[in-house]
Amino acid sequence: MTFKYIGRPVPPQDGFYKVTGTAQYTLDVELPGMLYAKLVTSTVPHAKIKKIDVSKALQVPGVVKVVVGKDFPYRVGMYAGDRDLLAIDKVRWVGHPVAAVLAESLEAAEKAIDLVDVEYEELPTVFDPLEALSPDAPLIHEKMEEYRHSPAFRPIPGTNIANKFTLVKGDVEKGFREADVIIEEKFYIPHVSHCFMEVHNVVAHYHLDGTVEIWTSWQNVAPIRQIMALSLGIPHNKIIVKIPYVGGGFGGKAGLGWEALVAILSKEAGYRPVKLVLSRKEQFTSAAVREGFYGFAKAGFKKDGRFIAYDVKFILDAGAYADYTVNVGRAVGYSADGCYEIPNIRVESLTVYTNKIPTTALRGFGYPESHWVLEQIMDKAAEKLGIDPAELRKINLVKPGISETCTGERLREDAGNPQKVLEVLLEEIGWGKPSEKPREPWKIRSKGLALFVKGPAQPPNASASAILKFNEDASIDLLIATGNFGQGTVTALMQIVAEEFGLPLEKIRVDYIRDTHKSAYTWQTVGSRGLFTDGIAILNAIEDAKKQIFKIASEVLRCPEDHLELVDGEVRVKGKPWEKIPLQDIVMGYTYPNGNSIGGPVIGRGVFMSTHTTYLDPETGQGNPTIFHTFGGTAVEIEVNLLTGEVEVLKGVQVLDLGKVINPLLVEQQVNGGFLMGLSIGLYEQIKFDERGWVVNPNFTNYYLIRIKDIPKQIIWKTVETPQSDGPYGARGVGELTMIGVAPAIANAIYRALRVKLNELPMSPENIWKALREQRPEIVDEALKKFLEFKKMVEVKK
Amino acid sequence: MVHKLSLIVNGIKRTVEVKDNEILLDVLRDKLKIKSLKAACWRGECGLCTVLLNGKLVKSCLVLAVEVDGSEIITVEGLVKDGELSPIQRAFIEHGAFQCGFCTPAFVLASHQLLIENPNPSEEEIKEKLGGIICRCGTYLEIIKAIKSASRFYQKK
Repeated sequence: MTFKYIGRPVPPQDGFYKVTGTAQYTLDVELPGMLYAKLVTSTVPHAKIKKIDVSKALQVPGVVKVVVGKDFPYRVGMYAGDRDLLAIDKVRWVGHPVAAVLAESLEAAEKAIDLVDVEYEELPTVFDPLEALSPDAPLIHEKMEEYRHSPAFRPIPGTNIANKFTLVKGDVEKGFREADVIIEEKFYIPHVSHCFMEVHNVVAHYHLDGTVEIWTSWQNVAPIRQIMALSLGIPHNKIIVKIPYVGGGFGGKAGLGWEALVAILSKEAGYRPVKLVLSRKEQFTSAAVREGFYGFAKAGFKKDGRFIAYDVKFILDAGAYADYTVNVGRAVGYSADGCYEIPNIRVESLTVYTNKIPTTALRGFGYPESHWVLEQIMDKAAEKLGIDPAELRKINLVKPGISETCTGERLREDAGNPQKVLEVLLEEIGWGKPSEKPREPWKIRSKGLALFVKGPAQPPNASASAILKFNEDASIDLLIATGNFGQGTVTALMQIVAEEFGLPLEKIRVDYIRDTHKSAYTWQTVGSRGLFTDGIAILNAIEDAKKQIFKIASEVLRCPEDHLELVDGEVRVKGKPWEKIPLQDIVMGYTYPNGNSIGGPVIGRGVFMSTHTTYLDPETGQGNPTIFHTFGGTAVEIEVNLLTGEVEVLKGVQVLDLGKVINPLLVEQQVNGGFLMGLSIGLYEQIKFDERGWVVNPNFTNYYLIRIKDIPKQIIWKTVETPQSDGPYGARGVGELTMIGVAPAIANAIYRALRVKLNELPMSPENIWKALREQRPEIVDEALKKFLEFKKMVEVKK
Repeated sequence: MVHKLSLIVNGIKRTVEVKDNEILLDVLRDKLKIKSLKAACWRGECGLCTVLLNGKLVKSCLVLAVEVDGSEIITVEGLVKDGELSPIQRAFIEHGAFQCGFCTPAFVLASHQLLIENPNPSEEEIKEKLGGIICRCGTYLEIIKAIKSASRFYQKK
């Protein structure tokens, strides 16, 4: 079948606004009479608040009010429900918002926050999640049993465990008894920040009639309204959340935000609009970041390569609040088996409170962590078994239609083709062909790979909907809440509508503002689910509209509905294309020459509901957590400087089974962007804490992000297309997938060439150099010798 | 102390009162309401507040407003001439050289200036000129493509 729009590289449809600077972001929103809020944040990691003296702050000209937490003891959240608006009676990390100053100008607010005196009584602290698990560790949340958490989670009151996830399948002890080779490794990933360019910022206007208007830089409107309604007790239809263009999200603008706080501030300011903009430092230290992570893995293999037992424990350093991180803990747990069939598996995943920054989701959450562990285990096992790493993967890959995942979900036949993904990956990277020798003999080149699989981590009942309404000229307004923070999903969704009606793309419009009041409901745009879930809702809305159109046309053309077809914006009688009626004569109702009219304005509605997903069994982790699995793989060819520890990626390959590519340009953006983000987190990024819990690098000088000069020489991508019959045109999600494999592929490449383990991120020059020195000093000495010889040669030549 | 500044912003004469310690970024965004330029770090690290100041690319958060009296400033709004997008803007759209778009005005402006100064830049020269601007979405490869494809329009001039 040939398509006009599906599969075409249509540029993102909001390009005009973005390249001209006319795209409006929340940062650009100003309302008449607006006040500015600044936060007073904690300077100690764990303490009771004895007293807050705001008298000096109130004397600053322009200061309207200072608000403190104990006056608003709300508990807010989406999953763990553990969060306060401002610290109520104690602070739990350095950076915890304690009070908010409201002023006529930002300058006055900034001046006043330094004049708020907070008296603390310091409490014992715990910064390490392993220590936080000890029975005599300081307790960070005393009243966990009162938190309103989602039924998918198991907090353990009286401990620092915000969620305990367990999974058991088969008999892992028996598996280890039968294993010929056993691998045991420990892994670590530090805290990282999302570093979206637009910081968290919110404008809220609490009106005297009880209506609250919110403008915010967030991924999704629905959860904000839900969280505010449940915690503040405001009826849903009185909370109007508007999200204009968003300067990046990466999971850090999902779930709980600052909206409930700023709404309260607006009310306290006498119903005036209030704007809160975090500084970059506050974004690093007072807002949620990605958790720190420990993985302890034991894996058992048979001599022939079969992976028969896997016992793994994950400890997530969730920081002071774990609202979304409990779901990260769950996702890392049920994705422990990656894309392999492991008959005996046991997983424990603990999300643990510490006195550090709160944490939340980040692109792919849980999966980059589980794959950092598993994909390195595969290479280490391959070495011990004397089997090629690619071959070992081939032996153990799941077989859709036959295999079960570790949650006991039998993979659907059309879930994807992981074997083919691996084949294409090996071909593209030239697996088995040796790399060219680098010019400098103190450098080495190597190839490595990692496979992965991912589906959206979401509650079982996460739904989506779409409304599609026709205008007089048969143009279409598509009312959807699909998040629009750079992924381009909306363009792909517009392509689907244009394709289905045979209309030019210009006739389809999606407003740039997501609005709880005006957009159809969608649960969230996270986890690469937008195209799949909202795409299905839209296809159903199209179906609904088409039925209405054919009903009218069938009367006008005096022809049964099933003999009609929609082509190029016209309804035609099949086989007699000259008997036709243009869409614009139908979509507002059809009027006969004498004025009699039938039908009426056409409005299509459609929903998506995931009907086969379940909660997971609390003891065994068994069930069906997700709506699709996208299989993929990353391969790299790298060059390592043995003297400096620097890694350069010469070639990166990503292969993904996307079912159907709706727009290759958008996929390429995700592949490139995800690769670079994976590379940045893999090689450079780490939030560093001092011994008192202060972040020492809350800025882009000391927290290095990948820049244009650091990009690899070449990134290529290929798709395998195994259509999933219930997906839109067979498509599955892509956005988050693209960063999962990068770090483990690099670590595997280094291990293959040097037998140096890099179980901790980041693989910075410093850390690689240290690992080389500790594990293989003779390699470094040899490289240094070559370097000196080379220098001497050059000098002699001169 | 309050100073009265005269500026030419995107070809239009503007006057504005500023205090000693005000940075150009705040004057442009908050007082003159030029919202195309963005801010993400407020300390010269991200490059999103880049403007053309008398024909040179500067980070406007590192410029004191009082220093630039009488200057000519161009932001991305100034690249649209007679209702037509500049070639670099068209190339950014065509190659999808943006995702969230927050850094796009800075990249478009810097790329435009690069091509004016050096209509046929090498990849290394592109990286050098744009090295100070961060795109977290990672559209660097698409930006390089866009610059290369727009290059011929600047060579003709």
